[in-house]
Amino acid sequence: MINLIPPALILIVGSLLVPLLKGRARQVYMIALPLLIVLYLFNLSEGIYWKVRILEYELIFGRVDRLSLAFGYIFAIITFISSIYSLHVKDNLHLVSAFVYAGGAQGAVFAGDFITLFIFCEVMAFAAAYIVWSARTKAAVGAGMRYLMVHIFGGLLLLGGIMIHYHETRSLLFNYVSLNGLSSWLIFLGFGINAAFPLLHAWLPDAYPESTETGTVFLSVFTTKTAVYFLARAFYGTEILIYVGAVMAIFPLFYTVIENNLRRVLSYTIINQVGFMMVGIGIGTKLSLNGTVAHAFCHILYDALLFMSMGAVLYRTGKINATDLGGLYKSMPLTTIFCIVGAASISGIPFTSGFVSKSMIISAAAENKLIIIWLALLFASAGVFSYSAMKVSFFPFFSHDSGIKTKEAPTHMLVAMGLAAFLCIGIGVMPGPLYSILPYSVDYEPYTAAHVIDQTQLLAFSALAFTLLMLSGIYPPEIRSINLDADWFYRKAAAVFMKFANNVLAKIEYNIVGQAYEFMVIKPVLKIARVLKLVDTSGVDGTYDRMAKGSIKLSDTVKIIQTGKAHDYAFFMIIGVIMLILIILIPIVI
Amino acid sequence: MENKKMSKGLKKILTIFFLFLLLLIIIDPFIHKHSYFGFDEYLSFYGAYGLVACILLVLAAKYILRPIVMRREDYYND
Repeated sequence: MINLIPPALILIVGSLLVPLLKGRARQVYMIALPLLIVLYLFNLSEGIYWKVRILEYELIFGRVDRLSLAFGYIFAIITFISSIYSLHVKDNLHLVSAFVYAGGAQGAVFAGDFITLFIFCEVMAFAAAYIVWSARTKAAVGAGMRYLMVHIFGGLLLLGGIMIHYHETRSLLFNYVSLNGLSSWLIFLGFGINAAFPLLHAWLPDAYPESTETGTVFLSVFTTKTAVYFLARAFYGTEILIYVGAVMAIFPLFYTVIENNLRRVLSYTIINQVGFMMVGIGIGTKLSLNGTVAHAFCHILYDALLFMSMGAVLYRTGKINATDLGGLYKSMPLTTIFCIVGAASISGIPFTSGFVSKSMIISAAAENKLIIIWLALLFASAGVFSYSAMKVSFFPFFSHDSGIKTKEAPTHMLVAMGLAAFLCIGIGVMPGPLYSILPYSVDYEPYTAAHVIDQTQLLAFSALAFTLLMLSGIYPPEIRSINLDADWFYRKAAAVFMKFANNVLAKIEYNIVGQAYEFMVIKPVLKIARVLKLVDTSGVDGTYDRMAKGSIKLSDTVKIIQTGKAHDYAFFMIIGVIMLILIILIPIVI
Repeated sequence: MENKKMSKGLKKILTIFFLFLLLLIIIDPFIHKHSYFGFDEYLSFYGAYGLVACILLVLAAKYILRPIVMRREDYYND
């Protein structure tokens, strides 16, 4: 009985009650609703639930197995934590869209067929765009619109792929799809946009930093990780993902070094971390897939934690650029500690969650003798520590004192960050429970002496690089600026094209086409018109003129007869009648 | 970060940090390594790799990427 309703439906329908509640009741509801989902999922057993037959199609809203459950658990947990973090939010639309977005993710993860999956992906895209817009700034409106455009494009690729796939296989079931042929490539790229594949990634650092302090926490969790789930289900062992993932793990790091907006730094680290997961999916062994799921689980926690700490800084100071901040550890000590826990976790420092999950993927790369990929992942681990984790925990809280005096984050934010930080360290110290929910049975020991010492060396010496570069002044100074990324192509290139159209094409049009038109069309037409006018005035008009004059003369002649007197007309009529009788009678008489 | 006025606290933290690095190098030979490729069991391979990787990363970001992609804040004008 308990399994009658899909969790997605509970969240989406449940979200509609939020605007009806006020004050304390609303806060209780915002904690209770996601908590219900957490408890519900942890009591859910594997199987196929919630089948709905529509025409000839069977939609499956609940394919519950170990892979989908692991993502369902973490999505529910983080919805609960983010909801606590959002207790201060008054904007109803913001809260409803956040719950709908989280519900959409639950729906997508448990979708057993492509149609259900597609519908929930679209729900997520629209809900996420609303979350971006909820900041209600001009920049957010633009970024949200671009976000929506990119994801509608991705959705169309997916839908096209699904339709061709159905035509080929007569099946809509969402299972393994090997990468061959048009339909699978379209589905792959549709997922790839959501996973932020290189060059398809720019929507992420474009949109996420523009939302509110709470909105970005929700955004950081769902879209990329549902894509990780989709790819892990449909494209595991696809070799190209290894290389795509390695590129994703590395290229964002260069951006994090020079980026000034700290939430944009974190947005780039999402791509970097999802890159690890892509490598894991691409390798496709039990160890690497376990590593991918574990890493997604841990990443959601520490990434949300980092976004929450930056959100708290933004909420209290109204600033998020590294150039504007510094020295906040004095006024926001707890936020500082939570941020450091998140930073340690994302770096994979031993006894934090990142260590126990990331090392599974790195070990899988090594076991499969992928030297280049293995070196790339080590590079990415060292880099994300030095330039993402260090940056978001160093510049706002330490660095030079910016002189900003502020208060510690509100209690509910601290509780949310505390919960996430507790889980980050809990999983790091005791990975057993996490390993027990992974898709395959785990035969992996992260805490060997060699692992710990190697990873510690890697990170400590990359921290040395950061320290030496800072002390020597070689580290690139923070500059107020923006850094171009692939979104340039659809932001500026389109504008440049319009400028080109206005300035160059319009001039060419006016100067060449316009002149030619004037010379070849307008002038001859005017000449012909002049001739026609002459013909008209002399010939046509003259004729009319004469005809008119003629008819006036005729009228004048006729006027003589037309006297206007009744007896005159009667006289003419009698003459006429007599003439008529004569005409008829004469032939008869003769 | 200027080097001129380094606070006492910072100096202390740096000293501890450097001692920690030294400790890592010293205990490295006593740890039994499971080598995957051969070269990864050299002494302090991971430390050396992390140091070099991060320096190269910064230099590339500062001298190659930044000149290409950096624009004024109002570049997009929105």
